[in-house]
This record gives sequence, structure tokens and C-alpha cells, in this order.
Amino acid sequence: MFQDKNARITETRSWGNYFLLRVSAPQIAREARPGQFLMIRVSSSLNPLLRRPLSIHNCTASEIEIFFQVTGEGTRLLSKKITGEELDVMGPCGCGFSLKPEFKGREIFCVGGGRGLAPLFFLARELQTIGATPVVFYGGQTLSDLPLKNRLEEAGWETNFSTDDGSYGFTGLVTQLVEQELRNRKPAFLFGCGPEGMMARLADICQLSNLGAEFSLESIMGCGLGACWGCVRKIKKGSEIKYHRICQDGPVFPAEEIVWSGD
Amino acid sequence: MVDLSVDLGFLKLKNPVIAASGTFGYGLEFEPLYDLNLLGGLVVKGLYFKPREGNRPPRLAESPCGLINSIGLQGIGVEAFCHEILPKLAGLQTAVIANVCGEEEEEYARVAEYLSRHRGLAALELNISCPNVREGGMCPAQDPEATYRTVKRVKQVSSLPLITKLSPNVTDITAVALAAEEAGSQAVSLVNTFLALALDIESRKPKLGNVLGGLSGPAIKPLALRMVFEVARKVKIPVIGLGGIFSSQDALEFMVAGASAVQVGTANFVNPLACPEIIKGMEDWAESQGISSLNEIVGSLRV
Repeated sequence: MFQDKNARITETRSWGNYFLLRVSAPQIAREARPGQFLMIRVSSSLNPLLRRPLSIHNCTASEIEIFFQVTGEGTRLLSKKITGEELDVMGPCGCGFSLKPEFKGREIFCVGGGRGLAPLFFLARELQTIGATPVVFYGGQTLSDLPLKNRLEEAGWETNFSTDDGSYGFTGLVTQLVEQELRNRKPAFLFGCGPEGMMARLADICQLSNLGAEFSLESIMGCGLGACWGCVRKIKKGSEIKYHRICQDGPVFPAEEIVWSGD
Repeated sequence: MVDLSVDLGFLKLKNPVIAASGTFGYGLEFEPLYDLNLLGGLVVKGLYFKPREGNRPPRLAESPCGLINSIGLQGIGVEAFCHEILPKLAGLQTAVIANVCGEEEEEYARVAEYLSRHRGLAALELNISCPNVREGGMCPAQDPEATYRTVKRVKQVSSLPLITKLSPNVTDITAVALAAEEAGSQAVSLVNTFLALALDIESRKPKLGNVLGGLSGPAIKPLALRMVFEVARKVKIPVIGLGGIFSSQDALEFMVAGASAVQVGTANFVNPLACPEIIKGMEDWAESQGISSLNEIVGSLRV
């Protein structure tokens, strides 16, 4: 865990309401694993006060990328940052996705809804590194919600797109597309990130197909270090349901441990 | 050379900066980021006798320059703390202070008594002021008599120095401070958070699962400073000031207003290095002013 107060922004990209920032933060980059996140100070003033938790979207030897959608004041301020500016970045925080040796030679489904694709790019790269075959699913309401479409296609992984309105790829929900694919393929595992309803539905689908899965959850956070207990949600460990810290015990949890908000 | 140490009478701190309860976990969470021995002290998260579930999320909401929380003192309980955490803290060269909670007077006593049987603690901080555990934010610190009784009861069972943490949600905080002093508290720390509400006009729902929460951060600093000033003029025991301290200047202001030491809370979230940076800033300031000991400025406000 490091705090880099002067992580220089080396690249910015934007697509409507979606943004990508690349920052130079060598210490953090060296330790980062897929599924971990950063706590980023979006303003040098004290308003807004808290850092913002953002998934690590991609990581090289010395640089880290974040991909986000503007959803409030914090992300709006972050979206205004320009190349050359410095960011105060802390990380890598939390526990990442579980990359298991038995994934080697097998297909692994990586399912992202909207901005939920953020942690899955880094994950797919690492899966490839360990000899697994990432199969990416990327869903959104409409084509403009799939800004990373080209990037995924260029990465060379099999990528399946869905839009609610049929403007690109499969017409319907990404969960329906996954369900359809599961009829004739047998991946070794599924990783997902996206809206609560999407992940809850995927958890059901995985359970019916006897497919192991992990999901990355989000929450407003105070510290990102496990100190404040502000980001909790109900998690089931064995027969015991308790509030667990998303920042420390997560943000990635096994599907069977998550108590979905609709339950 | 500036002497940063402060003497609270019952406890000598290497510098006046203490990490505040509830913002610093059980002490070890910040260890990956800096050497905890730099701190004057640290107060661990509030401890009840048994593990505690805490409040329904969402537990955090921001307001301008402020944070409203309703954690509800989720925690591991005093037994797990003493066996799993305290041995790891005992080797630190900083004052480790346990924050003592209770549903009622007897639980405060049980927690304090249990903690006192273990080595490694420099003092207890009596948390009679959390606004998040009872309906409407009620707590013993809202009543001088309840404060007196709780402090007195804890003093009967524990020989550790006692710091009583006060609530700002009262008409006259000095009356509560005097009650704590009279009951034998060796210091008071103030202020805990201000009872607050955040809501969403579209959904017409409160932003916090527990409806009300406690406001902290820079937004409360002038209010906290005023209360420290008022209390320091009334009591003879040392006052530990807290409430929105984010910089060395803030910390120095509290000392000038009468605080012998300070606690840094919410700032730990915004800048995890807040405590060591504040210590360094205070040292640099004292040096630039030709002040040899920070004790010189305590209560030096010219009015």
C-alpha cells in the first residue's frame, strides 16, 4: 500500500460521459493485482472531502489506468483533469479477483455492465498471462455505453457485446447473452462487475449452471483501508451473515457470499 | 530544537497529536503507510464487551467540507481486541488508548475492567458521546448527572487514566466537562460528532440507513474550537481538542484555545499521512517562532 501524492497524468481519453485516465505511479503499479482499487483525491480543496474509490482498469510496469463514468461531483471533477496534472493516489487497496492455477487452458467469462467493465480489462490480461482464455461480455443500454468496444476488440479476446436497444451486438441484457452462451460452453469460472441487478441475476445463472463466480462490489468509502467501517454490506460466511468491509474484505467477493439487496 | 512532548499529568506524549477513535481502526490499519511510532498516541475504535453489528448501510454521506457517519460502533468486542490486537500494539512506542463503550453503565464498567487487566494501554477514553447508537442520538454525555455516574463507576473498576469524550450535542458542554472532572476523569476530549441529517429530495429518503448521523470534518472546526475554549477555561484537568483538525495550523489553534493535546480524525481518510504531516508542521512552526516547547502555547489565547 502506497500513497503517491504526485502521480502524473500521462493520458486522458473520453467518450461522452465515460473517461479514462492514465497515471504514472510505479510503486502502486508494481503491486497492483486485478480487482484491486485506488483511493483518489479528486480535488486539492476540502470539498468534496472524501477520496473516491476507483477500480484499476489497466496496469503496466509503472502506469495505472482508471476508467469511469461521471456519476456525481467527485467523478465530474476527476473528468476535468488533464495530461500533465498530478493526482494524489493511494493503493492498491482491497483484495482482487482470485486467479487460480486450474484456470489454465480453460475459458473464463468476464462480464461487465456499463462502467462495471473497469476492473475486467486488467483481469482479462492477467488471465491470458496465466494461460487461461478470457471471454469478455460487455453490455450497455446503447452503443454509446460501450466506449471500450474497440479497445477490447484490439486486445484480441473473444468479446460479446449486448445493448438493451439492439444498437450493437446482441439485443437484450448482457445476462441473457451469458445465459445463452452457457447452453453450449463450459467456462471454468465467471467474474462480473456492474449494476447490482445484473450481478444478482448472474449469480443466479451461475448457481443454476454450477459455475463458480466472483463479483466486484462498490460503495461509498471513507478510508479505503479497513479503518472506518463505512463501506460495509451483508456478506454470508458459512451460516453467518455479517456486515463486512467492501474496502478490506472485498471489493471482490465469491457469488455465494453476497447477500443481494433484493433478497 | 523544539520539544514537542506534552505532559498531561497522568501521561506524557512524545507529541500532541493523537489519532482519533473511529477513524483509525484498531491501530494497525495505517501501519502499511507510515511508522505508527511517529504518533503522540492513537485511540482505537470503540469497544463494547461483545462484538457489535453496527448500523444499516449506507453509513456515510458527504456534506460540504464534512462527513456524516452512522457506523454505529460495529466492532470485534473487548475480548478479541485484548487477545488478537493489543499484543500487536503493545510493542509500539506511542500511547495506545482504548475507547470504552457501553449500552448502560454496567457495560462501560465491564469493558474498562476487562481492559485494565491487560498490558499495553496508556489510558482509557470513555465514549459516552456517540450519537449513532441510540434513538435520537441520546448518550450519557448529554446529561451531567449520567456523565458523573458513568465516570465514577468506571473509576471504581479501573486504575488506568481516564479521558472522558464529550458530546457537542448539549446546551452547555462545560457543565458536562465539570461533572466528568468531579467524578475523577483525568482529562476530557472534545468534541465527538454533531448530530446531523442528510437527505435526498427526489426519493425523499435519508442518505444514511440509520436516518441520523454524526457530522465531522472541517465543517465543524470553528464550533469545536469554541467548545474547547469554553471547557478549558472551566476545568483544571487537561483538555484534548478535536473536531475538523486537518492541518498543523488547525492543531495549533486548538492548543492556543486551551487544548493540551489534539486528536485528528476525519483527516486520516482524506490524507492518510495527516497525523505525521501535522506533527511535522507544528514542529516547523514552533521552530520558526522560536518556541522551545509546545506546552507554552496551550491556552495562550489573548482575550
